[in-house]
Amino acid sequence: MSDTARESDQGKEKTKGPSRRRWLLVVGVVLDGIAGLLLAIPLVGFVFSSVNNRKDPRSWIALGALDSFTEGVTKLATYRNPFTRPWDGPTANIACWVRRVQGNRFQVFAVNCAHLGCPVRWFQESGLFMCPCHGGVYYEDGSRASGPPPRGLFEYQYKVENGQLWIKGGEMPTLSNPA
Amino acid sequence: MRTLQIIARWLDDRLHLTRLWNETAGHKVPASSASWFYVFGSATLVCFIVQVLTGALLAFVYVPSASQAWNSLEYLNHAQYLGWYIRAVHEWGSTFMVAIMTLHMIQVFLFGAYKFPRELTWISGVVLLLLTLGMAFTGQILRFDQDAYWGLGIGASIVGRVPFMGGNLVQLLLAGPIIAGETLSRFFSFHVFLIPGLILALVSVHLRLVLAKGINEYPRPGHPVVKETYPDEYEDLLRKDGVPFAPHAIGKDLVFAALVIAGILICAAVFGPKGPAGPADPTIIDTNPRPDFYFLAVFAALALLPAWMEVVALFIAPIVLIGFLLALPFLFNTGEKSWKRRPTAVLSVIAIMTVLGVLAFMGETSPWSPRMDAWSADPIPVQYLRRRTPLQVRGALVFQNKQCRNCHSLGSTGGKRGPALDGIAGRMTDPEIVRQVIQGGGNMPAYGKKLRPAEVDALVAFLHTLVESGTSAARDSSIPPRIEPH
Repeated sequence: MSDTARESDQGKEKTKGPSRRRWLLVVGVVLDGIAGLLLAIPLVGFVFSSVNNRKDPRSWIALGALDSFTEGVTKLATYRNPFTRPWDGPTANIACWVRRVQGNRFQVFAVNCAHLGCPVRWFQESGLFMCPCHGGVYYEDGSRASGPPPRGLFEYQYKVENGQLWIKGGEMPTLSNPA
Repeated sequence: MRTLQIIARWLDDRLHLTRLWNETAGHKVPASSASWFYVFGSATLVCFIVQVLTGALLAFVYVPSASQAWNSLEYLNHAQYLGWYIRAVHEWGSTFMVAIMTLHMIQVFLFGAYKFPRELTWISGVVLLLLTLGMAFTGQILRFDQDAYWGLGIGASIVGRVPFMGGNLVQLLLAGPIIAGETLSRFFSFHVFLIPGLILALVSVHLRLVLAKGINEYPRPGHPVVKETYPDEYEDLLRKDGVPFAPHAIGKDLVFAALVIAGILICAAVFGPKGPAGPADPTIIDTNPRPDFYFLAVFAALALLPAWMEVVALFIAPIVLIGFLLALPFLFNTGEKSWKRRPTAVLSVIAIMTVLGVLAFMGETSPWSPRMDAWSADPIPVQYLRRRTPLQVRGALVFQNKQCRNCHSLGSTGGKRGPALDGIAGRMTDPEIVRQVIQGGGNMPAYGKKLRPAEVDALVAFLHTLVESGTSAARDSSIPPRIEPH
């Protein structure tokens, strides 16, 4: 402890006034600052890439032939997430609730509860979606029935083309990205 | 023997071991601090060491990939020799660590150890608490089962509520627009490299501060901290009553550390590892996500708070709470240390721990969640079906089929979301029941569109029979009761 203190005292005496040592110290600190910045730019760029390179991750996904959805029935459909990596495994299998209202009128709901994202379950007999986490309940048209959710279920955009039902998916719906 | 001594002396000369020992383990502490109340800090560190060792071993086998993580845990549980046990020790080590760290914090708080001049020791401890909770959260994600997947979903939904930048924060948390392979890798890096590194650094700071400012003496009532005199008083105390921490004061720490390790090992052997629950396949809707016990209280609060309070609870409360913890040593910098003279401190600890305990218990039982299988799994108690008319029995069928049971219990089985209906006819008249069923209200959905008039009639006829013995059915008091003829 005292040794190092003495050393630094000696150092102070020697670096008094503009000297070569002083100059090296200043240049060294400045150079390291620049080097640190050069190192930090790619690090920060890498970390925030998932935010910065944000384009719309959604794309149109076929959920199946129209015939597979019965009018007046709500059923679970699954698809492979379009935004995927080879090592995603079963995580990239995504589910959604498809309600064929009438003819080509559909409602496709995200399974994620609008409260905090837990998977809601459909009960045909009572026509309700119920959430297992905090007790959110929705009517069959997705509107909020009771519990803590601040809004109805998230709905995907859909279209009917070539006898198929398509939805625009690929993003986890949250209150700031409502599908 | 002489050779050994020469080697030892050479090593000591080159490594300054004696000096290191005297400045660290051998530093003087007040004799009063050799107390059973002072063992929790070292025990937390012991838990951390257990976690580092077992964690490093788990990483021998664990594959941090969304497609293989779950399989590698199953492999650890069933195929790898002693894999289940190392997983169990890691799991119980974390439980013990959080529990003992909480005890440490309570002790430090009640003994006034955060006061002058040990403010930074407390602050580094608060940051360590947050980092440990970060380890707990990232750790349960690495289990990468259904609880982990939907736990991530809850996390993403929470940050998605942050005003203005919620969407960007979700992307940052999940490493993409949705929970996928990169999400797990990110949490792996945090759990295995970043947070443990920070913990190691901060534990060093924490211990350095304990050495620099000394361990808090056992507080005596009536001896308040006065800034001007305390440093001298403490030095006096050390001079008169100081003992080297090792070997004089360390004994209780050693005994307690052994007990803690034994506790972890026994719990691990008896209860085994946790999960993994079902694989993180989001198409498996039939799941009941619950966080590990550290976060059950938060989970419960989110179910019980009214909607308008959620933003307050999620974003303002943590800032206020953490800010308060960090400011605590400055707000109450001097004065009485002993808990015997600080009733508010004692009451706050009791209140906070009671609230957390009750919330955690409610999180575990989750009475606000509908019981998803009650309508098909729980039969109606037989006494409610005996000597009933066909219409009433038909009503009982409607009651089950329309999943009323998921939220309303009968004979104490069924959901607890809504009130138990065993004595409903004693509380509500038939017209009131009809109105409630058709229009809903309170927390009950409206069933008007889902019930035909005949079904409503049958349902009400059944509910009308549910009167608790010794009471009579509710009646509208504006209609005079019919007087039975003699």
